[in-house]
Amino acid sequence: MTTPRDADDVRQMVADAAAAGTPLELVGRGTKRGLGRPVQAAATLDLSGLTGVTLYEPDELVMTARAGTPLAEIERMLAEKTQRLAFEPMDMGPLYGGPEGGASIGGVFAANLAGPGRLRHGAARDHLLGFKAVNGEGEIFKSGGRVVKNVTGYDLSKLICGSYGTLAAMTEVTFKVMPLPEKTRTVLIFGLPDARAVEAMSAALGSPHEVVAAAHLPAAIARRSGVAYVANAGTGVTAVRVEGPAPSAEHRCGALRAELAGFGATEELHGMNSAKLWREIRDVRPFAGDARPLWRLSVAPTQGPEAVARIARSAGAEWFYDWGGGLVWLAVPPAVGAGTIRTALGGGHATLVRAEVGLRAAVPVFHPQPTALAALAKRVKDSFDPKGILNPGRMD
Amino acid sequence: MALRMPAPNQEVLARRREIVAALRDIVPGEGVIDAEEELRAYECDALSVYRQLPMVAVLPSTTDQVARILRYCHDNKVRVVPRGAGTSLSGGALPLADGVLLGLGKFNKILDIDFPNRTVTAQPGVTNLGISTAVASSGFYYAPDPSSQIACTIGGNVAENSGGVHSLKYGLTTNNVLGIEMVLVTGEVVRLGGKHLDSEGYDLLGLMVGSEGLLGVVTEVTVRILKKPSTARALLIGFPSNETAGDCVAAIIAAGIIPGGMEMMDKPAIHATEDFVHAGYPLDVEALLIVELDGPKVEVDHLIEQVAAIARARQSMMLRISESEEERVLFWAGRKSAFPAVGRITPDYMCMDGTIPRKKLPEVLARMRALSEKHQLRFCNVFHAGDGNLHPLIMFDANKSDELERAERFGADILRLCVEVGGVLTGEHGVGIEKRDLMETMFDDIDLAQQLRLKCAFDPESLLNPGKVFPVLHRCAEMGRMVVSKGHLPFPDLPRF
Repeated sequence: MTTPRDADDVRQMVADAAAAGTPLELVGRGTKRGLGRPVQAAATLDLSGLTGVTLYEPDELVMTARAGTPLAEIERMLAEKTQRLAFEPMDMGPLYGGPEGGASIGGVFAANLAGPGRLRHGAARDHLLGFKAVNGEGEIFKSGGRVVKNVTGYDLSKLICGSYGTLAAMTEVTFKVMPLPEKTRTVLIFGLPDARAVEAMSAALGSPHEVVAAAHLPAAIARRSGVAYVANAGTGVTAVRVEGPAPSAEHRCGALRAELAGFGATEELHGMNSAKLWREIRDVRPFAGDARPLWRLSVAPTQGPEAVARIARSAGAEWFYDWGGGLVWLAVPPAVGAGTIRTALGGGHATLVRAEVGLRAAVPVFHPQPTALAALAKRVKDSFDPKGILNPGRMD
Repeated sequence: MALRMPAPNQEVLARRREIVAALRDIVPGEGVIDAEEELRAYECDALSVYRQLPMVAVLPSTTDQVARILRYCHDNKVRVVPRGAGTSLSGGALPLADGVLLGLGKFNKILDIDFPNRTVTAQPGVTNLGISTAVASSGFYYAPDPSSQIACTIGGNVAENSGGVHSLKYGLTTNNVLGIEMVLVTGEVVRLGGKHLDSEGYDLLGLMVGSEGLLGVVTEVTVRILKKPSTARALLIGFPSNETAGDCVAAIIAAGIIPGGMEMMDKPAIHATEDFVHAGYPLDVEALLIVELDGPKVEVDHLIEQVAAIARARQSMMLRISESEEERVLFWAGRKSAFPAVGRITPDYMCMDGTIPRKKLPEVLARMRALSEKHQLRFCNVFHAGDGNLHPLIMFDANKSDELERAERFGADILRLCVEVGGVLTGEHGVGIEKRDLMETMFDDIDLAQQLRLKCAFDPESLLNPGKVFPVLHRCAEMGRMVVSKGHLPFPDLPRF
């Protein structure tokens, strides 16, 4: 275990490892170590010592932090200025049996996290303006900047997001921050089967009401909510969120209830309940308490229910939808194989987000790519890490 | 022209007839152009001070043809310059004397409109506006709206990561593209993304957007579409100084308001546009803001009042709120005609594109005035104020002895200034050839070497659009440990461009 104090330490340690050909496991604060294929590494590079917000200009909507800075600390600072990370990074700690609030900001970007607000506000990738990192040769490089509009050179900020430490060790990240909306409202629609729920969400998302988030919880999942309106519904609950200045959020909420009335009975959630429900959805809380293999399916929204129907024939599965139907969280018995799930998709991709280590070593955790694309991805990896020492195998 | 491009490969030029014949085998009929007078149509893009006839132009109409063309060029070491509508302001589509100009104009069909999933899939030659038009009758639109949207193509938008007035609220191309089909230089066809979100592996889609034709040729694009906001209203606000206008912009953003568009013009730009389109702009103000709010009427009315209050607290000299759609369009008329308006008062102009942190605006404008004195050239400013993206227009006369060179030096000084205050060389127009030689003001050798190694992962022979974006010519085999120090190039005999 090596624990650098600053970017130059990281540079030195990676350079030494590159010279010796020693594979390194890159770890921020370790909350998402259970995601990905098990890394075969001789040493651990612990980036949690690189902490501190080095720039925060609320008027400019921008922040720079060292990669190991706790997300919780950043969210506290933002809340003091009534701002937030609009992409709502999920807290994956509890999914792996860990505590809440443990993630680092570098880990958030390395895993390209995004919560329910992904539909309106984008993912982590859409908010990273620039970064500094150490590549697999032990060189410090930077990309991007601190301004929101920038097309100077390749957009490596996109590439580094979701690369899980396999391209470079991020040491510092600069990202957009956004004002907290004044008001949030959630419209609930009761009693819809999955396919009908996706139709309702498509109608809401195709309306001019700037819907920020849309999710559907089948009855068995809704029952586990901490929000009484949802838990006591006794049926499936579809949720649609709007936000903005008070008059606007109230207007949008009212208009959506009127427009969606044809789908079923509706109700509305205000501030506290709304925040609670969306945090449960964001953090996949319905599946946090068990150890079943958990899949994350990203599909065209209207394909979600069809894919689920094909998989659910194998029984024992539970699921719910976010992103208007385009994101399916699916918990299955271990006997349901990766092939079954991926064959059922009909487009998009499936990631095995949680499984015991043996299963993750045995199946591709990330969706396999066609030959030409996989070869290209390998060349991209080599261009950052020619000796293959950074998190080897994690995304294979 | 002072610009240096990669030296034409004489051995390739000697094979021209053979290359033309091979291309005709792939694209029959009139899809291969080799007559000089017809090639003139492709000799430049919208950065028209630089011109070069291509060796040959080819206009395929299927992905398979693109794949066969690229495979042929790859196997025969022929350079390729992809081109959409040729509206690039940075010279991204400038041909090469020994290169094949690969025009995608025949890829002009919309392939799929999917309202339940809110996507449109189009061929790359469909215009930006063509996508919005195709879904307008259902009340939808495609949000990124570069000013050239009637002509520029969605494929070109992907290559350049185009923005526009509305990108402040709705994002750039990269935030609105869901998937592409593209052909690698080897002729292999790959699909990235689709109608779903995010990638199963590395975000190569995000990398491709804004890669300026250096990594692959896009043959299909899937974008997300949005429902049109029910209401849009604009404010026209005049200020006694650039500083007060800049403060107002910062205060609006700081108040948590993200307008649909927020544009600023300085006094010379106000006068040039008012003389041209008579939009009713005040001529006694130093700076003019156009702020547009969109959304439900109740929200727009609410935010209009907030913005007006912020402006009044910052010494606004005049403030008008659009009371009709005609009036809103009129407010925009001047801003949207800024380039032709400036074109009326000067023989030539050069449009710069730096981005700066918003709060640096007053400082940057003051220092640009000093640079104007130094270089003895007039300029005016239009500005995507909300996201800090400057468009200084430098006025000059290319027929006067050294004015083009002076304008280029003035422009380079402005961009260096942008970088110095924490900004970047280009916000939305791309690096192309125009800002290529300034890349080292923003990136050090290691930063650039990392980007070049990535280029090698896609295009090891550097056949796709070479001479653009990067200042140093190199061979990928040498990239492993290449060190380039300013003035001490490892290969002094290679052209530095």
